[in-house]
Amino acid sequence: MATPTISQTLVPGAFGPAVALSCRECGERYELGPKFACEFCFGPLEVAYEFGTVTREQIAAGPNNIWRYAPLLPVPADVASKPNLNPGFTKLVETRNLGRELGIKNLYVKDDSGNPTHSFKDRVVAIAVEAARNFGFTTLSCSSTGNLAGAVGAAAARAGLRSCVFIPSDLEAGKVVTAAAYGGELVAIEGNYDEVNRFCSELIGDPAGEGWGFVNVNLRPYYGEGSKTLAYEIAEQLGWRLPEQIVIPIASGSQLTKIDKGFRELIKLGLVEDTPYRVFGAQAEGCSPVSAAWKAGHDVIRPVKPDTIAKSLAIGNPADGPYVLDVCKRTGGAVEDVDDVRVVEAIKLLARTEGIFGETAGGVTVGCLKKLVETGQLDPAASTVVLNTGDGLKTLDAIEATTGATATIRPSLESFREAGLA
Amino acid sequence: MTVSVRIPTILRTYTGGAAEVSADGATLAEVIESLEKSYPGIAARVLDDTGKLRRFVNVYVNDDDVRFAEGLATATPDGGNVSVIPAVAGGC
Repeated sequence: MATPTISQTLVPGAFGPAVALSCRECGERYELGPKFACEFCFGPLEVAYEFGTVTREQIAAGPNNIWRYAPLLPVPADVASKPNLNPGFTKLVETRNLGRELGIKNLYVKDDSGNPTHSFKDRVVAIAVEAARNFGFTTLSCSSTGNLAGAVGAAAARAGLRSCVFIPSDLEAGKVVTAAAYGGELVAIEGNYDEVNRFCSELIGDPAGEGWGFVNVNLRPYYGEGSKTLAYEIAEQLGWRLPEQIVIPIASGSQLTKIDKGFRELIKLGLVEDTPYRVFGAQAEGCSPVSAAWKAGHDVIRPVKPDTIAKSLAIGNPADGPYVLDVCKRTGGAVEDVDDVRVVEAIKLLARTEGIFGETAGGVTVGCLKKLVETGQLDPAASTVVLNTGDGLKTLDAIEATTGATATIRPSLESFREAGLA
Repeated sequence: MTVSVRIPTILRTYTGGAAEVSADGATLAEVIESLEKSYPGIAARVLDDTGKLRRFVNVYVNDDDVRFAEGLATATPDGGNVSVIPAVAGGC
């Protein structure tokens, strides 16, 4: 996993305000290095910071991408000058029609399909690339349900690194092609995501994986921090205030916990007022281990074997699941799930009401938003943000059976009228 | 019953750097006991204070996650493979 002496060769300031890795379970601290699990309890390692003074003005003067928040991330101060995809600062769309249809007064969609490879994964990979550079890794890798594979391939291409990524062999064609287009190696494994992930964990402990930076394994503590930028952007785009409610999809659960971390940091740094917010998690019914634990009142996640069209969320053994339960409980939120039929309906609902074509994960999140309102769990009078984390063009398979031309007619007015379109 | 156990990097300080070791036992619990005899201290890294598998450890017997089987009581067939892997990997 780690070359023990590697951190001794780090350039001062290579990780900006980050000072150590800290175990989220037992608090044990480690030097910054390519480590991801605590040597004592196997708990996840997180980046610990000593922030300097950060002002709204300083942030506003930065570039229109995630590097405007560089003083809050484990990256060097000159990060924006390095070859990177520079993702982020995607649109926060104030909805009119969707909010009205769902009966929610102030509803916003944070549309992360606007990132360079069309999903939020560009945010996390951008941070991981900087860490890979710092640690001297020459190959960038990951286990992926598709979006991450593309983000890693593209970021490696830009950074001049080799990439070799691993995906389950049954992914949507759109995900496979868009990931392969960047020219790195793309390896399909006969198994589900959890099996791919397990393979990567074994590869990393083997000489064959030496010199490899796995963005979501040995670089995971750094990588995960990229999701905090969603929280920073949402708050800044709302005029430096926190939303009262936010609905976030759950795969491993990392994104949800990091958005919460981002909000808390903004409060601590005095960048936003300390106002209460509720965090809601969204899963597909066919892969809902976190939702099942939430509803049963358990604090342990029982892994499941996924069966859902929302393949980007199909992680049956979610690493951050227990922490999702903690965040939702602490903030007064909840975890919900919807079946695949409602996922497809929600993709179409978001598209026809706001002109945003989300991928299946977006369908899960909007579907859960609708269900949370219908079941009275979410307050329709409170300001609410819902995340669309990816682009519908990558998951056309999910809706092509029920979406297509309204009619096929001859090029004549008569034919147009006959089809009942006039 | 002898099985082969894959050791994750963070536990290799106990096995003298070995990535794969042999252990005996008819169940996962017995295999861990056997590992402890050969490599004192290793069991406490994998099991919590109450003797259960730590929540961030995944253990596979012949490619099957023991949480889908009988946990520590999962049978470990002679000549089989046991893999111990940190759970905090993957996804986002």
